[in-house]
Amino acid sequence: MRDWLLSDEATPPALSAVAPGITPEMAAAVSKISRLQDLVAVAAKCSVVTAFRNTVGLPGHLSVRLQPNHPTDDGRGIAASILDGLLLGSGDAVIGVNPATDSPERALALLSMLDEIRTKLDIPTQSCVLTHITTTLDLVGQGAPVDLVFQSIAGTQAANKSFGIDLALLDEARAAALTLRRGTVGDNVMYFETGQGSALSANAHHGVDQQTLEARAYAVARRFKPLLVNSVVGFIGPEYLFDGKQIARAGLEDHFCGKLMGVPMGVDVCYTNHAEADQDDMDMLLTLLVAAGVNFVMGVPGADDVMLGYQSTSFHDALVMRDLFGRRPAPEFENWLGRQGLLDKANRIRPRILPGRFRALLPA
Amino acid sequence: MADDRIAVPSDLTPREAAADDAWWTDLRRLTAARIGLKRTGASLATGPLLDFQLAHARARDAVHAPLDEARLVGDLAALGGPVVAVSSAAVDRQSFLMRPDLGRRLAPAAATILAPHRSEAGYDIVFVVSAGLSASAVQTHAGPVLGAVLATLHAEDWRIAPLVLVRQGRVAVGDAIATALGAACVAVLIGERPGLSAPDSMGAYLTWQPNAGTTDADRNCMSNIRPEGLGYADAAFKLTHMLRVMRKLRRSGVRIKDDSDRPLAISGN
Repeated sequence: MRDWLLSDEATPPALSAVAPGITPEMAAAVSKISRLQDLVAVAAKCSVVTAFRNTVGLPGHLSVRLQPNHPTDDGRGIAASILDGLLLGSGDAVIGVNPATDSPERALALLSMLDEIRTKLDIPTQSCVLTHITTTLDLVGQGAPVDLVFQSIAGTQAANKSFGIDLALLDEARAAALTLRRGTVGDNVMYFETGQGSALSANAHHGVDQQTLEARAYAVARRFKPLLVNSVVGFIGPEYLFDGKQIARAGLEDHFCGKLMGVPMGVDVCYTNHAEADQDDMDMLLTLLVAAGVNFVMGVPGADDVMLGYQSTSFHDALVMRDLFGRRPAPEFENWLGRQGLLDKANRIRPRILPGRFRALLPA
Repeated sequence: MADDRIAVPSDLTPREAAADDAWWTDLRRLTAARIGLKRTGASLATGPLLDFQLAHARARDAVHAPLDEARLVGDLAALGGPVVAVSSAAVDRQSFLMRPDLGRRLAPAAATILAPHRSEAGYDIVFVVSAGLSASAVQTHAGPVLGAVLATLHAEDWRIAPLVLVRQGRVAVGDAIATALGAACVAVLIGERPGLSAPDSMGAYLTWQPNAGTTDADRNCMSNIRPEGLGYADAAFKLTHMLRVMRKLRRSGVRIKDDSDRPLAISGN
């Protein structure tokens, strides 16, 4: 299978055609006998395109999730981070906030604020509050402005139970979000996060290796036609991925397996402070992932998530990658950046000063 | 933050640059996030780059800093009740980091230490404290938060087990402690992974009737407890609120929601 994937017969259309038939066990097995170079070369031939208010994953494009978290969910603090990210061209994958608590009231307030910013600036993108799916489902019922339904998922039934979900609940939430008809260019309404080690962490791995179970999480994702799936690759800690080298390998394996299976993969290139890793390791993984055609990466102010307490990639990191590889933002979003005056003559994202229209946005 | 005087090549006029700096200085009062960083081309300028590296070095030190156990036991004992210290099955920091399963189990000797404190009539709750990934978090915040919570619960006639300090313990080790002592629920206060801007955040995990089949979906979590995040008074208020809801509904986890932002949500209780 590795030989076929790397062969000239395995063209992008051929890989798209076989994707629905590739099981997680097949993808995980071939990833384990592949070198990093193979994981990059094969993934770069796979294309998975999805859409909601813009189009994510087109060849030659790189999108960014704007992640403006705040330790106490302060609306003004979150808005300040969003403005910074938008200026630097982040947010075309999604503007997605991880709330600090499970409170439905808080989630509703955040959803309303995100929707207000999006509509006032007329940004062709989608927003999301990454709260438990049961909370989002209740909020949809209350008429809240829910674009994407978020959920962490895993590769065994028992691990998903520990997340408080099953397939029926995911079906129910997707059906509810579809009834809102908020997408303009597509109806991919789900956003999933995964990460190697989550099944082991929940003592729900049945003795199976963590890469096979990670790929099985993508099989869960695939069924629900998501807009975005990202592996939060270094988030759990050194008990699963010990150092920068293991994180890099896992990130490339995850992206490869997801793309092979037809899943719109992004990667949160990240590490925690108890892992043996630093920003140099992130640079290596990020560069390889962009070479491999990753659909999206994270944009966190200064790469430092002040709520979740870990380091990811920054708005600047994404800018450098777009310049280095000539990757464009999602086309609808890039047009919008141009209209805001954020592109220079060479079409690079180079904001000069904060536009007055942006300044007017901060909630009182 | 970066030295604003560092000259970065820019096509802004000095007047525009000064106005923009003033605007970002205002915005930074709203969040500890690293916003409005100086840029050169697409890349981060040298000032904020070096700031980041210093913060990372400090966070790494925080992960490996040891707990001053004698001082913490003293602080907790000053709250009025007995304090018991036990170990998890993880024998040192390295095995704690690499083997989460060991951190979730008690060391064999713990049973003997806990047995004399068991109540056949049962306790309503046991509070468990563990350094987790940040000793300085619980060293500093466990005492003040517990002080406020215990005062309220005592006034409401909760039967409270001795406080238990666990060396190298993860959240689930609280389940075994609740079982050993005969407590109906467990609240684990634990040091969270140190972030660059917050090396001392404490988390609280609440579980109703923990047992061998308990999973993380059965717990309720509050995070970022520290003066600059969720302050002591707010944390104590939320914690007591959630405990009352748990006791009333006789369950915990994703099926109950933190509705303490909704005033008078359980005013009938």
